[in-house]
Amino acid sequence: MKRGRQKAIHDNLSSYLFLAPWLVGFFVLTFYPMIYSLYLSFTQFNLLEPPRWIGLRNFFVMFVGNDQYPRDDRFINSLFVTLRFVFISVPIKLAFALVIALLMNQKLRLIPLYRTLYYIPTLLGGSVAIAVLWRRLFSGDGVVNAILHALFNVNPPAWISTPQYALSTLIILAVWQFGSPMIIFLAGLKQIPQEYYDASSVDGAGKIRQFFAVTMPCLSPIIFFNVVMQMISAFQSFTQAFIISGGQGGPLDSTMFYSLYLYMKGFGFSEMGYASAMAWVLLIIIAGLTALTFRVSGSLIHYGSGE
Amino acid sequence: MKSRASSVLRSFLTNLFIVVLGLGMLYPIVWLIAASFKESNAIFGDPSLIPKAFTLQNYAQGWKGIGIVGFGTFFKNSILICMLCVVANVIVCSLTAYAFGRLRFVGKGFWFAVMMLTLMLPTHVTTIPRYVIFRSFGWLDSFLPIVVPKFFATDAFFVFLLVQFIRGLPKELDESAVIDGCGKFRIYTRIILPLTMPALITTVLFTFLWTWDDFFNQLLYLNSPAKYTVPMGLRLFIDSSGISSWGPMFAMSVLSLVPSLILFFSLQKYFVEGIATTGIKG
Repeated sequence: MKRGRQKAIHDNLSSYLFLAPWLVGFFVLTFYPMIYSLYLSFTQFNLLEPPRWIGLRNFFVMFVGNDQYPRDDRFINSLFVTLRFVFISVPIKLAFALVIALLMNQKLRLIPLYRTLYYIPTLLGGSVAIAVLWRRLFSGDGVVNAILHALFNVNPPAWISTPQYALSTLIILAVWQFGSPMIIFLAGLKQIPQEYYDASSVDGAGKIRQFFAVTMPCLSPIIFFNVVMQMISAFQSFTQAFIISGGQGGPLDSTMFYSLYLYMKGFGFSEMGYASAMAWVLLIIIAGLTALTFRVSGSLIHYGSGE
Repeated sequence: MKSRASSVLRSFLTNLFIVVLGLGMLYPIVWLIAASFKESNAIFGDPSLIPKAFTLQNYAQGWKGIGIVGFGTFFKNSILICMLCVVANVIVCSLTAYAFGRLRFVGKGFWFAVMMLTLMLPTHVTTIPRYVIFRSFGWLDSFLPIVVPKFFATDAFFVFLLVQFIRGLPKELDESAVIDGCGKFRIYTRIILPLTMPALITTVLFTFLWTWDDFFNQLLYLNSPAKYTVPMGLRLFIDSSGISSWGPMFAMSVLSLVPSLILFFSLQKYFVEGIATTGIKG
């Protein structure tokens, strides 16, 4: 009996040895920093002097403001810029990915080639190099305008430096990278049993009817998964906006993404307490939206009988 | 017979549509490559894909970099950082994944849930405290803040990928190894690691790519040009933007994409598997 217990303890200890690096990393590099940043969010902290407790003032300045501590309108703006970016780019990107995946889900011999071709923008799109290219393509005297002018004889604006249009170039760049959800959709489509389609055509369902009655329900868990993952990563977009706007989020803060403003506050203005508060607000927004997505989709998702 | 002909036509049209759309999507990248061989003053609004006057001048000039540090240094730094991160992720994430996927211990379910939650955590929440911590270690302007966290399996994504894979391996193999008297570590090195090879290759690939493209951390922690990586080097060109620097900047942009493209084309299979089995973000 005693030996058995000793063996169990030994077994546990040796298992934890394998887990040790991750556990140390979790506590030192994730858990402690989270608590610390929560603490910092209630302080004023410029890295040189010790943090000074100011209660809820950082959050007050973000959302409310008064005469003494005016509201930070740039914060609200960055939040709305980011929300617009997320809610426009994610649905378009996923719709695009789904349409292409449906097109490819036929008995085409060249699918591996096409999949490769369509994944290349995703492979490269996150790099500084492509952001630099985008900045050039969509500038006033850039290639996009040269093409538009040649085709339609119009004089389009300088997309990058016009406040109304700057964000749309970033949305196009995000949508362009639809490769990952496309591959996930394609893998999901391959899992749908052919019998479902056969049975529904016997019942006289057309292609469109089949799409809504068979494809969409079967694919719903995957669509949900893609929505959540794409949303989380879109909220954190940084590099592209940073490079395309030259680190300023301009023109007129029209591409001031949340993470860009957070970086600017924390590392440009040394307002680390405020930046920490922003990070926690972002965490809460993302958690809230994810929970909401779970909620809304709960009734819509169809989980198969399972394998 | 008629329906056969129409189905051939349909499949032809589908193929044609996919190819045309795909080429349209690749146009910006092809244009970038073409532009890197054009003379700087011919780059701007020229949509054509064939340089009128072919020149290698941009590459020569770009490679010299800006100021005293050449692009060779940036490449060396980027490659060094990527190699270290790859080694760290392969070893540490697989150790962690072995524990979660195979071993039994008290609190496993709890820790696994914690690990999955960190996967969803926006990086911003830890950015500032980590900066403060690394600063107090005197690690600013070094590769350490970028590389060291990987040695503690902070990339939960790869742990998840490897756990999924290890769970799919037949249990009989390690059970019979236990009977033969193998310890946990031997099972890990002799059985789990070799069988997990495909997922490990996926880990290598994505660690390399994401580290190569990771601009945020490099921007945060690298301050002196001698420590700069490729993305930081490209940014130097933007800051010194004059007409003459577009050519060299494009040339170096093309070079910066080459490692990713080589990896992608040589190991495509693992890409598709990696994405399809776990659903990679991005």
